[in-house]
Amino acid sequence: MLGTGIIKGMVETARNFVGSYTDEARLTTSEYPEEKLSPKENARTFPFLVFDTTDSAAGLRCVACQICEKECPPKCIYIEKSKTKKPDYTGKPQLFPAVFDIDISVCMSCQICVEVCPFDAIKMDQAFELSTSDRFGGLLLHKEDLAKPNDYYISIHPSEAREVDERLAAEKVKAEAKAKAEAAGSASEPKPAIAPTTKPAPAQPQTGASATPAPATT
Amino acid sequence: MSQSPSSTIGIVGGTGLASQASPTEGQSSSFGAQSLPHHQPGYSLQPKVDAAGEVSSELLEIAMGPHHPSTHGVFRMDVVLDGERVVKLKPVFGYLHRNHEKIAENTSYLASMPYTDRLDYLCSMTNNWAYALAVEKLAGLKPTERAEYIRVITAELTRLLNHTCLIGFLVQDMGAMGTPLMYAFREREKILDLFESLSGARMMCNYMRFGGCRVDLPPGWLDQARAVVAGYPQFLDEFEALLSENEILLARSQGVGVLSRELAINASITGPMLRASGVNYDIRKVDKYGIYDRFDFRIPLGEHGDVFDRYMIRILEMRESIKILTQALKDIPEGPIVDPKAKLRGFRPKAGEAYGRIEAGKGELGFYLISDGSPNPYRYRVRPPSLINLTILEDMCLGTTIGDVMVILGSVDIVLGEVDR
Ligand code: SF4
Ligand code: SF4
Repeated sequence: MLGTGIIKGMVETARNFVGSYTDEARLTTSEYPEEKLSPKENARTFPFLVFDTTDSAAGLRCVACQICEKECPPKCIYIEKSKTKKPDYTGKPQLFPAVFDIDISVCMSCQICVEVCPFDAIKMDQAFELSTSDRFGGLLLHKEDLAKPNDYYISIHPSEAREVDERLAAEKVKAEAKAKAEAAGSASEPKPAIAPTTKPAPAQPQTGASATPAPATT
Repeated sequence: MSQSPSSTIGIVGGTGLASQASPTEGQSSSFGAQSLPHHQPGYSLQPKVDAAGEVSSELLEIAMGPHHPSTHGVFRMDVVLDGERVVKLKPVFGYLHRNHEKIAENTSYLASMPYTDRLDYLCSMTNNWAYALAVEKLAGLKPTERAEYIRVITAELTRLLNHTCLIGFLVQDMGAMGTPLMYAFREREKILDLFESLSGARMMCNYMRFGGCRVDLPPGWLDQARAVVAGYPQFLDEFEALLSENEILLARSQGVGVLSRELAINASITGPMLRASGVNYDIRKVDKYGIYDRFDFRIPLGEHGDVFDRYMIRILEMRESIKILTQALKDIPEGPIVDPKAKLRGFRPKAGEAYGRIEAGKGELGFYLISDGSPNPYRYRVRPPSLINLTILEDMCLGTTIGDVMVILGSVDIVLGEVDR
């Protein structure tokens, strides 16, 4: 009979309509600004720079190697190297970025910069409410805006951050052992002079409290 | 080439509407008899003449798009109308051109991967796979076993979401405002959630890498995926109960936009469009790329090549995809996720050329690469299924009414990101 198909369809619509009052699976919307879903652990928006300790300038992991600048597909990263050096988390003197800008109006959140960075210095953020009325400067993030503490990284990507912390702690242990061996061997002045000053700076146990002891014992 | 199919369409279109518009019946046959001289390609721009030889109507030329709500993006059709019937239709592409191929020739192989997401922006996983496949052929890499399974799983999930959305859009074009599309989006959301927890992004996944995938599955992902896949047949049953027998949908789609088997083959149409015309050609079976030879699934075929067959093919393909997914989710092995030989940086395949193709949701998606041994491809070419499937739009639309043009366009399944590149 003509019309039975339509009636069948109406029954389906009614099932969904009535179901939306009783069944979670049929009412999947959430009222966004009032009610926010917690982001997925892997979710990514834009990159940020990780720093250890509480000092966003001294603790910055980035060594201005410019690999990410070169690999970024739309070339939205701009880096200027520093003239001086600062010790990194293992105590080795390294360059740091005097200027590190990311134009997030160009960035396409591909996270290739994160993949290629050999120093675990740049990671993906999850902040997404970034709209601004400043059309020109507002979306050009500078080093100061980009730098975020490792604690923040741990809070947004816990399992990924744990792996990174373990890896860095292991490298640090290795570097310290090497420095000690060299110091004992040659007793050269500058190396031990740097090592003690930088030891407290990275403060790994503080940031990755649960993670660091494990690799330290291995 | 286009003469005989377009004249059959004229007649079929006329009979399809006969119940409601009998006066057009006579018009359409006179149109068919008079405006298709043998030496001319499928259409004539002469206005209709009455029995006395006087011009009785004028042709109307309109531009549909580029901001027409039913053109699925920025796409224009210059349509010439005789009354309500289409006498000429010229698709105009290029509004979304962004130089994808040339950009890729000036950047590293890896850096093109996120750009491929933006081709068919509904199906970034399959785009990634096609590109990764081409580069793997070029460089002689082999994806690991686990990565192959993940690729099949993500690609079939992509097919599910592509076909679900397409049906939603198609019935939206027929005038079913919102409801079926919202049901389709509700299901798509579940798959997008899976993609987000896997790759970090819902649509621009950028997930595959040469020789494998970027990250391993997060804990619990497989169970979530199994739950989504297990719930999908029920959704399809409901969706079919809502649509498949609906008389309005049948009247609007059966016999409309018929694409003949010969024309489909000659115009190198691929994907569900081709199979709806009854040609058994699915690259998953023909090439057996990846590990598709391990799965048990069938290729649904259409008979009439009309809009309804194209709708039905997609429903049936989704059911087959669910079969593949169930098998893949059961068998997926543990293991490394990426070929250890594959390098992320400094990747320079030796000189040569390769063409990698897959069966994407919309048809054959291929990437053709020539390497000259440098870090950039010397030539990078995309074979987009949407563009090539769109080329026969005029042949399907001639002689139909303007209202059917939207439905026919909807059934082609285009995404303008891929058409224009
Ligand atoms: S996420 Fe991609 S586009 Fe954005 S800065 Fe990193 S590499 Fe560049
Ligand atoms: S973020 Fe990483 S890759 Fe980029 S300059 Fe700094 S250390 Fe190098």
